[in-house]
Amino acid sequence: MAKKKGQTIVKIYQDWCKGCGICVTFCPSGVLRFNNQGKAEVAHEEECINCGFCEVHCPDFAILVQPKNETGSRKNQTESMKVPASAEDSMNPSNEEIS
Amino acid sequence: MAKVTQLIHNYLRHTKKFPHVFCPGCGHGIVLGSLIRSVHAQGIPKDDIVLVAGIGCSGRIPVYVDFNTVHTTHGRALTFATGIKLANPKLKVIVIMGDGDAMSIGGNHLMHSARRNIGLTALVLNNHIYGMTGGQSSSTTPFGCYSTTTPFGQMEKEFDIAEITKACGANFVARATVMQANLMDRLISTALINPGFNLVEVITPCHTQFGRKNKYKTTVDMYKWLKKNATPIEKYVDMPPEKKKEVVSTGVFSHKDCAGLEERYAQMRQNLNGGAA
Ligand SMILES: Cc1ncc(C[n+]2csc(CCOP(=O)(O)OP(=O)(O)O)c2C)c(N)n1
Ligand code: SF4
Ligand code: SF4
Ligand code: SF4
Repeated sequence: MAKKKGQTIVKIYQDWCKGCGICVTFCPSGVLRFNNQGKAEVAHEEECINCGFCEVHCPDFAILVQPKNETGSRKNQTESMKVPASAEDSMNPSNEEIS
Repeated sequence: MAKVTQLIHNYLRHTKKFPHVFCPGCGHGIVLGSLIRSVHAQGIPKDDIVLVAGIGCSGRIPVYVDFNTVHTTHGRALTFATGIKLANPKLKVIVIMGDGDAMSIGGNHLMHSARRNIGLTALVLNNHIYGMTGGQSSSTTPFGCYSTTTPFGQMEKEFDIAEITKACGANFVARATVMQANLMDRLISTALINPGFNLVEVITPCHTQFGRKNKYKTTVDMYKWLKKNATPIEKYVDMPPEKKKEVVSTGVFSHKDCAGLEERYAQMRQNLNGGAA
């Protein structure tokens, strides 16, 4: 995989982030930082080398790293893996969890 | 590397409350992500999977994921899983346990599941402590470490889950830390498709109950320790004994493909029926 900078969009779901700091500490490119609420935020998106570390090591599935020009052959793959509409809703759920 | 998070969201139960119940930085979430990626990579349909868990923070994992799930009793997850597998061998039965579950109260079941080589995929989330109940020491709390019940340091020697499972005869035994998500994906993938009893031990930080009592200022410090001290088993075996104490060995400890108990059972039934299935 080419480690070129600036090819990706990095997104943090603020509602799911617990501010543990794993992504902020271990991102090899200094892309992320804490905001004043103690959660992770994207500071230098253009520095991202798409190494994938943050996505697989966030315990809360709160980080999205996505190539900027997602076209052509990758489209089908993208479609099948899209976050369902309900996922967005569940970021602020009101229903109680049963154990 | 993209689409990883979307993929995981596709497997979650979005009727449940998110973010999940685990503490900030708890490694249990990373293991759940790895399990989902591995199931997806192996192309196993959601409905063919039964995820069986015991009780503990680790036992909460099945709540969040859209497989067939069973939340059983503390220490007995393997017994439920054995019954499920023998009743319907076509199902892919995955068992999630904490170190308390698997090796303390449930140690006997783990030993015998490995000995019988029953066709299961067991994930043991070893945080070296009873997380859910307030940080009591478990059978894997390392010698000298502090916990609620060992305020002056653990006097007993800890179990090595991977080595014990290997000695009991399991087909596949491996260990990774949650700082090695890619290795963990590969190990869990193998553990999903290999026949017989397959166990992956995952070393996962619990800062809330273990780290704070053992001089880790933050959860990130525990991840730094894992990053620095995870050592491939091939390198580990040649290290001097005093060095071995300071690191954690990772990789594949055992890899065989003997038939699982459920396969031998089916064969036996066929033999006794004079060759009919
Ligand atoms: C038979 C029984 N004994 C004791 C308990 C209390 N109990 C609940 S969870 C737990 C320990 C959990 O530790 P572990 O299995 O390591 O999981 P973790 O919470 O660390 O993920 C204990 C002792 C119980 N629920 N049932
Ligand atoms: S790893 Fe995830 S939960 Fe932790 S700070 Fe980063 S985005 Fe937030
Ligand atoms: S993909 Fe790698 S470089 Fe990009 S933000 Fe994540 S950890 Fe940093
Ligand atoms: S108590 Fe420990 S094991 Fe339980 S959720 Fe918190 S960090 Fe995880």
